[in-house]
Amino acid sequence: MSPEERVLTGSHFLLGDHACAEGGLAAGCDFFAGYPITPSTEVAERLARRLPAVGSIFIQMEDELASMAALVGASLSGARAMSATSGPGFSLMMENIGMAVMMEAPCVVVNIQRGAPSTGLPTLVGQSDMMQARWGSHGDYEIAAYSPSSPQECFDHVIKAFNTADRWRIPVFVMADELIGHMSERVVIPPADQIPRVERKRPRHKPDDPDFLHCLAEDEDLVPPIVHAGEGYRANFDSLTHDEKGYPATFPEPHDRLVRRLVDKIRLHTDQIIEYEEIFMDDAELAVIAYGSTARSARRAINEARREGVRVGLLRLITVWPFPENKVKELSNQVKAFVVPELNLGQMSREVERFTSLPVIGVNHAGGVMMAPDPILDAIREVKKNA
Amino acid sequence: MPEIVVESHPIDTVFRTERLPHIFCPGCGIGPAVHAYAQAILESGIPKERHACVSGIGCSARVPGYMDVDSYHTTHGRPIPFATAIAVVKPEMEVTVFSGDGDLFGIGGNHFIHAARRNVDINIICINNFNYGMTGGQVGPTTPLGAKASTAPYGNTEPAFNLPYLAAATGAVFVARWTALHVRQLKEAILRAMQKKGFTFIEVLAPCPVGFGSPNDLGDAIEEVWLYRERCVVDHSVYLPDLELDLRRKDKPFVMGNFVDIEKEPFDPLAMMKKKEGE
Amino acid sequence: MAGVLVRQPLDKATVSIPVGRIYIIPERCKGCKFCIDFCPRDVLEETSAMNAKGYHYPVVAEGKEEECVACQFCSILCPEFAIYTEEVAE
Repeated sequence: MSPEERVLTGSHFLLGDHACAEGGLAAGCDFFAGYPITPSTEVAERLARRLPAVGSIFIQMEDELASMAALVGASLSGARAMSATSGPGFSLMMENIGMAVMMEAPCVVVNIQRGAPSTGLPTLVGQSDMMQARWGSHGDYEIAAYSPSSPQECFDHVIKAFNTADRWRIPVFVMADELIGHMSERVVIPPADQIPRVERKRPRHKPDDPDFLHCLAEDEDLVPPIVHAGEGYRANFDSLTHDEKGYPATFPEPHDRLVRRLVDKIRLHTDQIIEYEEIFMDDAELAVIAYGSTARSARRAINEARREGVRVGLLRLITVWPFPENKVKELSNQVKAFVVPELNLGQMSREVERFTSLPVIGVNHAGGVMMAPDPILDAIREVKKNA
Repeated sequence: MPEIVVESHPIDTVFRTERLPHIFCPGCGIGPAVHAYAQAILESGIPKERHACVSGIGCSARVPGYMDVDSYHTTHGRPIPFATAIAVVKPEMEVTVFSGDGDLFGIGGNHFIHAARRNVDINIICINNFNYGMTGGQVGPTTPLGAKASTAPYGNTEPAFNLPYLAAATGAVFVARWTALHVRQLKEAILRAMQKKGFTFIEVLAPCPVGFGSPNDLGDAIEEVWLYRERCVVDHSVYLPDLELDLRRKDKPFVMGNFVDIEKEPFDPLAMMKKKEGE
Repeated sequence: MAGVLVRQPLDKATVSIPVGRIYIIPERCKGCKFCIDFCPRDVLEETSAMNAKGYHYPVVAEGKEEECVACQFCSILCPEFAIYTEEVAE
C-alpha cells in the first residue's frame, strides 16, 4: 500500500472499521477528532496512520465531548470533518451534535454500535443507539443516518454521509454495528474521479456586502450558504437561537422560525435523502424490515421462507433516518404484516408502528450475539400461520 | 474644554456596533477586558479577517457576539476544543477563546489542561469573577473558601483553583493575571499573547457586583475596583503557588503580572510527518 | 528631608503637557462611574441629566475644562465604550 494515495483504488479484503476509514479518505475527509472506544477504535487507528500520510489532520482528543466540539469547529473552518465512536462516546457527543445542528455544521460520525445501556457490552454487537441517533440531543431537530450491512457499505455509506452532510448542512451518522465493523470482506474502491462528491453551497455575496445574511435560506431547499473561518465574512455562529444575521435572538418568534427551518430543510426533502433496498417485495404479502448486520440474517431468513412457499420480502434500510415512512405506508396496502428484527428491544419497530395499522412483529435480542436467521424465520412462519 | 457628545467611538471598528449596548450589568468587569482585547486586535497588525473569537456559555461568553471577527458562541465548557480545531485547520488565524472561569475551569476544565499540554496555538482570556454570574451567582471552582454564593449560602466549603499556577503547570507558554482596572497592562499582555505561538493564558479579575460582590459584602462594582487599586501589587516573578486569591482577605495583596513567558514548539498534528520529510 | 518633598522631572521645562478633549456617547453609559473615579486628573463628574435608560453619564466638571491631558484611561476603562479622549493639536 502506498501511504501517499488518498483513494486506494482496487479490490481489498477489509475490516468494516477500516472500510469506514477508507470511505472517509475517499470522501476527502481532512480532519478527524476522536477518542478510542471499542469497537470503533480501528477506524481511528487506520486514520491515525492514513490521514497524516495524505497531509490531513488526525487528533486524538481528551474525550468525545471535545471530539464533537472539534468537529464543529473544523467543519466551520472548511474541513470535511469526521469522528468514530460507540454508544458511551455517542452519548457524550450528544450536546455538541445539537450544536452541529444549530450551527448547521456538516460533519460525519461513525457509530460502531455495541450492547448497551451504560458500558454494557464493549466488545459485542448491538443496535442499541438507533433512537439515540435520532433523538439523543435535546430539542426538535433532523439528522440523517445510514446503516451499513457490509464492509463495502461501510466504505460507501461514509461517502454518502459526507455528501448528505455537506448538501444539507447537518451532522450525519453511519450507524454500523460491531459485527459489521469487525467483519472482513471484499471492498471495491473505485478510481478517485468516480467517487461522488457534493460540494457545500457557498455564498454569492462578497464579505462586507450588507445584504448578506449568512443564516438566511433564500433557496427552496432551506439551506443557507456556508461561510468558513478566515474568509473575511466575520460571521457569528451561535448555539443560542439566532436570527438570519446569526446574532442571538432568544425570543419565541425567531426561535420557532429557526427550529422549523432546521427541521423542514430535511422533512420537506426526505425523498432526496432516503435510500433502501427492496428484495422479493414485488409479490410479497409479508415484509421484513431490517438494517445493519441484522439485515444479513433477515435475507437468509426470507430466502428460506421463500423456499417454504411464503411470499415474504425484505425492505433493507440504507438510511434509517430520515425513516422511509411513505414506503411503509405504501407497503401497508400490499402486505399483511411487518416483521422487524433488531439487536435491541424494539427501536425502529416503533417507527414502523407509527406509519401502519398492520401488525408489527418485533424479533428482538438485547445484544451481544448476532441475530441469527432462525428466530426471524420462526417469526415469518408464525405470522404466515396467523395471517 | 467641555465634552463633546458624539455617536461613535474610535474602537467601534472592531465591534458589531449594531449590537451595542452589550448585555453586561453596570460596572461589570467584562467591558474593560473586551476593550483591552479590541485594542489589542487593532494594534496586533493582524487584520480582523484573521482573528477568530470563540466562547462557551456564560456572561463572558457573550463577548464574541460583539466582536467584528469570525465568532463562535459554542456550548458550555467546549470553546477550547472548538478553537483547537480552527487553529489546526486554519493555522494562519489568530484564535482567541474569551470565556469565563466557570466555563473554562468548571465544566470545561479537562479541555483546558489538555490544550495547554498540547500547546495549541490559541489565546485564552478568562474573566474570573469568582462565581457563575449569568445564572445568578452560584458557587464555582474559583469561589474562595468560605465565600457566599446562592448555592453556598453558608459559605463555600471547597478551596478554589489558583488559575495561573494551573496554567503554568499544564504547559502554557504565557501566563498573566491583570484586573479590569489594569487595562493597559492587560492590553499589552493580550498583544504579547497574540505574538506568541502556542497556548497562552490571561486571567482577568473582574467585578461581578450582582453575583459575587453583593453576597460577600464587597459593595458595588466601583468599590471592588477601588479594592483592586488599593490592594494590587505587580510581581512578575512571584512564586506561583502564592497566587491564591481571596478578595475578602485584608491581610494579603492581590498579585498581578506576566508570570510565564517561555518558548515551546506549538501543537502541530503533522509535526512528525514534517520531521520525516526533513530527514 | 525638607526641600525634596516634591520631585520635579528634569525635562519639565521642555515638555509641553498635552491638551485633551473628551468625547461622550451618553446613550451607551450605564453609570458605573469608573471614568469619574479613576480619571488621574479628576476631570469628570456625573451629570444631573439622565440618558434614555436613566443613567447619569459623565461630563467635564466645572472648573476642570483645561485639565484633560488625553491619557485615554477613561476610554480604555469604560465598560460601555462610551467615552474617549483626543489630544488637541496646538
